[in-house]
Amino acid sequence: METAISAEGLRKRYGDHQALTRVDLAVPAGTILAVLGPNGAGKTTTVRILTTLLEPDEGRATVAGYDLATQAREVRGSIGLAGQYASVDERLTGRENLRLIGVLLHLGRRGAKTRADELLEQFGLVAAADRPAKTYSGGMRRRLDLAASLVGRPRVLFLDEPTTGLDLTGRRTLWDMIRNQVAEGVTVLLTTQYLEEADQLADRIAVIDRGTVIAEGTPDQLKRKVGGERLEVSAASVADLAAVERTLSGLASGETVTNQETRTVSIPLTEGMSTIAAAANGLELLGIEPEDFAVRRSTLDDVFLALTGQQGTPEPEPESESESESEPGATGAVAASEGKRAA
Amino acid sequence: MIEAVSDSFALVGRRMRHIRRMPEHLIGVTVMPVASVIVLGYLFGSAMQAPGPGGYEEYIMAGIFAQVMLTNMTTTGVGVVSDLNNGLVDRFRVLPISGSSVLVGRTVADGVLVAWSCAVMTVVGYAIGWRAHNGPLQTLAGFGLLLLMGFAMSWLGALLGLVLRNVETVSAVSGVIMMPLAFLSNAFVPLDGLPGWLRVLAEWNPVSAVVSASRDLFGNERGPTSGAFPAEYPLPTALAVLVALLAVVVPLAGRAYRKASAQR
Repeated sequence: METAISAEGLRKRYGDHQALTRVDLAVPAGTILAVLGPNGAGKTTTVRILTTLLEPDEGRATVAGYDLATQAREVRGSIGLAGQYASVDERLTGRENLRLIGVLLHLGRRGAKTRADELLEQFGLVAAADRPAKTYSGGMRRRLDLAASLVGRPRVLFLDEPTTGLDLTGRRTLWDMIRNQVAEGVTVLLTTQYLEEADQLADRIAVIDRGTVIAEGTPDQLKRKVGGERLEVSAASVADLAAVERTLSGLASGETVTNQETRTVSIPLTEGMSTIAAAANGLELLGIEPEDFAVRRSTLDDVFLALTGQQGTPEPEPESESESESEPGATGAVAASEGKRAA
Repeated sequence: MIEAVSDSFALVGRRMRHIRRMPEHLIGVTVMPVASVIVLGYLFGSAMQAPGPGGYEEYIMAGIFAQVMLTNMTTTGVGVVSDLNNGLVDRFRVLPISGSSVLVGRTVADGVLVAWSCAVMTVVGYAIGWRAHNGPLQTLAGFGLLLLMGFAMSWLGALLGLVLRNVETVSAVSGVIMMPLAFLSNAFVPLDGLPGWLRVLAEWNPVSAVVSASRDLFGNERGPTSGAFPAEYPLPTALAVLVALLAVVVPLAGRAYRKASAQR
């Protein structure tokens, strides 16, 4: 399959800070790669290098078949960039923003007008088209950003944390719009801190931490890598917990994990059905009725935790108006200070 | 080349839309210059001694024009910084257009605004008694020279913006550059009353050359000189300094633009 983005050994240093130590990436044409990592991992630096905004200290890369170092102009002619930094002119209306970019891409006055109308339609911005962009909501802004990056019908699209700060509805809408682009053959590289986003959208995921890619694969491959399925039993009372633990650890081929707080015991499920049956029988013999008895597939949270030693951000912080509603979930979100990251 | 021109033109259009949408911006480039003319020309003029029969109103106008041209540095600098920090420069830099179009678009647009300021000031100046005596051609040449200065200041401001990347810093630094240039010159006071060393400094200040040259072109009295080269030949001096400044600053700004990134 044709490779739309390939990077080898990208390194970048800002003063004392080694932003990228070694980044290698390969994205087949027509697929989505999610670059997943915590704040300051080097995601934005990687995007800035691949979009010609920043020169790497070392390493080489091609985008849409053009060499970044020698054919920057051709690269720029084939890519679109949207996300937390590439933005629109707040004082212009949505329509004016899209037309300006169309004119700068030499679509001609008429061509730019047609393309702007198409994109406004496609991104649900027709009603707001003639309002200055600064009056837009967060979700509308991101949609306009995305539309602006698509004016030139790029073959490769870079999205730097496209949904950071959006509520769930906003994120879902944007995800659909990104999927539509891929359906039309566009290759997408997106960075995200949200495991769910990577899981939902990406064909492949590259986990990046401290400036280097520490794991790469399909979401399923990554989940399997961390240990496949586990049997999880929650005891109804603290009194039952010890018995549950004894029963399960007798069946476990690997480590038994007990969480006292949730009264949950889990073991790796290597033998499949026979382990499940044996566990159920064992508990029934002891007369224990568990509160919960479940097989759980490892999530990208587990992957992330196992690979980086840090918890990911399972739920994005919603936009300001619903801030008070967000409460720390059972998984315990690590505070990810959004927006204020050292690139 | 033609593409670069049309790109710049599109970007000038963008800036003009800003003005239309924010009339308060237009107040900035209208009211302030008008206030300068009234305060300096009319109020101070009543107490100032100026060379020649035209009085202080005739003496001061070229000086006020030049001061407004200096402030163009801040206008462009601040505009460039805000484009940088809100991500617009990133957006433009990933388009396959030449970086110079973006800067040319910005400096030309700011040049249009400063020309507007000049037009308004001319009307008010006329009302308080300023006259140009050398006919339309020379008068236009005087404005042309002043606008060239405004353009050069605009590019200097763009460079400051791209390097400093912070609105407060740009305002402060351009203020520090502007103060001595404006006040240690013949823009507001005739130089023959100054102590010797200060007079030398002021006569060699390029702003004095621009102001003297435009006074000559407008046919306004510029007073006696000490015989220093820039004071004797203000027009060639002014042109040489402005062209040299542009020749240095334009490529530097272009380079800074290609490496520009927002302050994080």
